[in-house]
Amino acid sequence: MGGSILGNRVIRKEDPKFLTTGGEYVDDLQHEPLLTGAAHVTYVRSSVAHGIITGIDASDALNAPGVIAVFTGDSLDLPEMPATFNPMAKRTLLARTKVRYVGEPIAAVITETREQGEDAAELVIVDYDVLPALIDIEESMASTNLIYEECGSNVVFDSTALGMPDNTGDAIFADCEVVVKGRFINQRVAPCPLEVRGSAVAWVDGRLFQWLSTQHAQGARDGIKAALGLDDTQIRVITPDVGGGFGAKIGVYPEEMLLGMLSKKIGRALRWRETRSESMVGLGHGRAQIQYVTIGGTRAGKVQAYQMQVFQDSGAWVDMGTILAPFMTRPMSSAVYDIPVVEVRTTSVVTNTTPTTAYRGAGRPEATAAAERAIDMFAAEIGKDPVDVRRMNLIPKFMHNHTTSIGQNYDVGDYEGALDKALAAANYTELRAEQARRRAAGDQKQLGIGVSVYVEITGGVPPMSEAAKIEVLENGRAVVYTGTSPHGQGHATSWSMIAAEQTGIPMDMIDLVWGDTDLVPVGGGTMGSRSLQQGGAAVNQVSIELVDNAKKIAARLLEANEADVVLDKDRAVFHVAGTPAVAKSWADIAVSMKGNGGLVQEGVFIAEGATFPFGAHVAVVEVDTETGKVKHLRHVACDDAGRVLNPLLLEGQIHGGVAQGTAQALLEEVRYDADGNPITSNLADYAFISAAELPSFEVVHMETPTFLNPLGAKGIGESGTIGSTPAVQSAVVDAVSHLGVRHIDMPTTAERVWLAIAAAK
Amino acid sequence: MKISVTVNGQTHESDVEPRTLLVQYVREDLGLTGTNIGCDTSSCGACSLHLDGEAVKSCTILAVQADGSKVTTIEGLATDGKMHPMQEAFMQNHGLQCGFCTPGMVMAAIGLLNENPNPTEDEVRIGLEGNLCRCTGYHNIVQSILACAKGGN
Repeated sequence: MGGSILGNRVIRKEDPKFLTTGGEYVDDLQHEPLLTGAAHVTYVRSSVAHGIITGIDASDALNAPGVIAVFTGDSLDLPEMPATFNPMAKRTLLARTKVRYVGEPIAAVITETREQGEDAAELVIVDYDVLPALIDIEESMASTNLIYEECGSNVVFDSTALGMPDNTGDAIFADCEVVVKGRFINQRVAPCPLEVRGSAVAWVDGRLFQWLSTQHAQGARDGIKAALGLDDTQIRVITPDVGGGFGAKIGVYPEEMLLGMLSKKIGRALRWRETRSESMVGLGHGRAQIQYVTIGGTRAGKVQAYQMQVFQDSGAWVDMGTILAPFMTRPMSSAVYDIPVVEVRTTSVVTNTTPTTAYRGAGRPEATAAAERAIDMFAAEIGKDPVDVRRMNLIPKFMHNHTTSIGQNYDVGDYEGALDKALAAANYTELRAEQARRRAAGDQKQLGIGVSVYVEITGGVPPMSEAAKIEVLENGRAVVYTGTSPHGQGHATSWSMIAAEQTGIPMDMIDLVWGDTDLVPVGGGTMGSRSLQQGGAAVNQVSIELVDNAKKIAARLLEANEADVVLDKDRAVFHVAGTPAVAKSWADIAVSMKGNGGLVQEGVFIAEGATFPFGAHVAVVEVDTETGKVKHLRHVACDDAGRVLNPLLLEGQIHGGVAQGTAQALLEEVRYDADGNPITSNLADYAFISAAELPSFEVVHMETPTFLNPLGAKGIGESGTIGSTPAVQSAVVDAVSHLGVRHIDMPTTAERVWLAIAAAK
Repeated sequence: MKISVTVNGQTHESDVEPRTLLVQYVREDLGLTGTNIGCDTSSCGACSLHLDGEAVKSCTILAVQADGSKVTTIEGLATDGKMHPMQEAFMQNHGLQCGFCTPGMVMAAIGLLNENPNPTEDEVRIGLEGNLCRCTGYHNIVQSILACAKGGN
C-alpha cells in the first residue's frame, strides 16, 4: 500500500448495484422464497383527530374482492401498552376506544393484492363521537380536554420532574443593561425519506422472520418481541436496503409490530408498504417546539444571562420526540457561547397530531436555532454586527474538555477558528459592502447575510459502545459484521477502508454484514451521528486485534519468533522481517485455523463519551421586498467532524444536511387545520425542497480530532442541518432588517416575509 | 387487457388490469424493481423511466398506454456490463446515498441531457425539479449531470 487509504476520496463500492439494478428495498423482495404467496396488509386509519370510536363495521369490506380478513383491536383483543417515556399514557396498537390523531391505525385489512386492500379499507366504516381537537401546544397545555385522561394533564414530561432546575424568572437579568425577549417557533417538519415505511413477515418453524426498513434492527427486534410476547430465539429481523431514515426509522411502529400477529392469525406470509399519503401522517414528525427566550448582557455586547422555556409538541403519543427537549435541546442550550448564567426548562405536551420523533439533529437544531436567533436579536438591539457580538461571546479554543454553565461537557472546540474560515470563504466584508450598496440604492431585491456558529452532540445516546466482528475466510476474503446500519451513509465503503488499512486485505475483498439480528445480535444501529466514532472504531479495534492474533499463527506456520513476524500490508502477507520471499497469506492463516474456530475476531468498542462537532455557516439570500420571495444564493459550510475518513462521504453528509436545514428555514412545515385535519399530507402539498430551490454548497474543511476514540472522528450526519437552519433564517431576517424587521418565524415563506415587511412599515 | 411492450429490448405480451400503472407493470409483472415508487401524487420522480426515448414518470401512465411502445428502465442502461456514462458520472461524483431516488434520477438526468446537451447549472436544477432526493442535497447530483454533459464523468 502506497501509504494510508484513510483520508482519501474513495468512491463507493456499493454504488454499482444501486446504479444498475437498483437497491433491494423491502418492497423489492420478490424473489424471497419465504414470502412466496404473501398476502397484503392495509391499515384503516382514523379520519378524525380526536374522538371516541362508537362502532366499526367491516361487513362490506369482508365481502369485497380479495379480502381474506379484517382485524380490529377488539377482535385481536389487543392489550394497552404503556409509553416508554410516560407509563401513565397507554394505547393499544390498533385504537379500540379512542382515536387521538388523523392517521392513527384502527383496523387491518388483509387481501390477496395491495390494490384490493386499498379498495376494501375504504369500505370499513368507523363511527366516532368527535371530541374537540387540540392542535396548538400552548392551548393543549392549559386544556381540561385530556388526550390521555389517565395522565391527568396534557403535559406528559417536564425537565423539572427529572430534577433539572427550574427557571428562576427575570432575576438573573437584573444586572443586564440590555434584555431582549423572543418567542420562536421551531416548526413541525416531516422527515420524508424517499422510501416510505415497509415490512414483510413470515413464520419459519415457529420463528418470526421480519424484513423491515429500519435504522436499528436490534432495537426493532426488541420492540416487536415485547409487543408480541416472543422470546429472543423466536424472532429474526432482517434489514434490506433502506431508502433513508433521518431518525424517523429508529423506532418500530404499531403497523410493523402487528404484522407477526396478523400473519400467525391467517397462516400466511404478509407484506405491508404504506403509501406516501399514509407516511406523511404515520411516520413520526420532527422538531415542533415553541421557545420563549430571554437574553441579557452589556450594551458593549457581552452576554451575561440566557433563559429559555421550551414547549415541545409530543404529538398524540409519548414517543421519542417527547424527550429530545430535556435530553438534547437543554444540554446544548448554551451553544458555543461562554454565558455565565443559563437556565432552561422544557415541557412536553401531547396534542392531536402525528407523534413526534427524532429527525436529523433531533433536539440540537432547536437549541442552536434558539441561541443563534437570540444572539442576532441581541446584536440588533445594541446596533452591532452579529459577527462581532459572536466573537465577544464565543468559548475560547480548548483542546481538552470545557464545561458550560448548564453543565454540559464538550470535548474539543475551536469555534472562532471555524467562524474565521467560513467568513473568509464567504468574503464577508465584500458581502456587507454589497448589501450596503443595495440598501443605499433602495433596490427591490435586497441581500441578506446570515451567520451561525454551532456545536452539537454526537454519539451521545447510551450505550456509547458498538460491537464488531471480522472473519477471514479460506479464500482470503474478509467479512466484517457491524452493529451499525447504513441507509445511505456508505458503511460498506468506510468499514472496508478501515479494515483494509489495518489488515492490508484489499477493499474489494471485504464484505459487510449488518442489520440481520441472527448474524449481528448486538448493535446500536445508525442514529445520532454515532456510526463512525463507535461502529467504525469497533471495526478498527477488532481489525487490529485480528492482525495481532494472525501474527501469532503466522509465526507458528513460519516456525519463527512472533516478534520477528511482520505484516506486509501492500501484499497482505505475513513474513519474517528481512525474508519477504517466504510468506503466509491471510488465506493460508485462515486455512490453518480450519476446524479450530476459524480466523475470527470480535469485540466491543466502548467510547469514553460523546463527541461535539462544531462549525460555522454563512448563508446569503436575496429577498424580493415587493413579493417577499427568498432566493438562496450561496451557502458556505465549515463543519469540523474531527479526523476525516473519506472526504467524499463527509461532503455528501454535509450537503444533505444543509439542504434539509435550508428546507426548514425556507419552505417546509407540517400544518393542520383547526379540527386537526392534516393539510400537508402528500408531496404535492408538503413543500419538500427540490434542486431548483438550492444553490451548490461551498464546503470548507476543518479537522480538530477528538481524543475520545482512536480514529479521532466525531459525527457528521447531522451537523449540516444544525448549522444551516439558523444561518438561512438569519439571512432572510437580515435582508429586511433595515426595514425594521427583527424576526420572522420559519419557514420564511414569501407570505411570511411580505407580512413582516408590511408590519414593519 | 392485452398489451405488447418492449422493455429493455425484450418484448413482453401481457394481460393487465386497465387500472394498472406503468410503474406497477414494470415492477410487479416484469420484476424490474429498480424503478421505485416514492409518492402517490406524481411529485417525487422515483419512478422515472424512458418511454419511447423520453423520460416520464411511470406512475402517471397506465400500462395500457405503453402498448406498442419501447420502455427503458435503469436495468436496461448498461451495455455489455459497462455502465452508461450517466451511471458512471453518478458513481464518480457521489451522486447517490441511499439509492432510492437514484434510478429515477439517472433516467431523468439522461432525458434532461437529451433535450439540452450542454445545460447550465441553473438549467440542470430547474430540469430536476420533479425528481426529489432527501439525502444528497442535490449538490452531487447536479455535479454528476454537469460532468456527464462535459463528457468528463
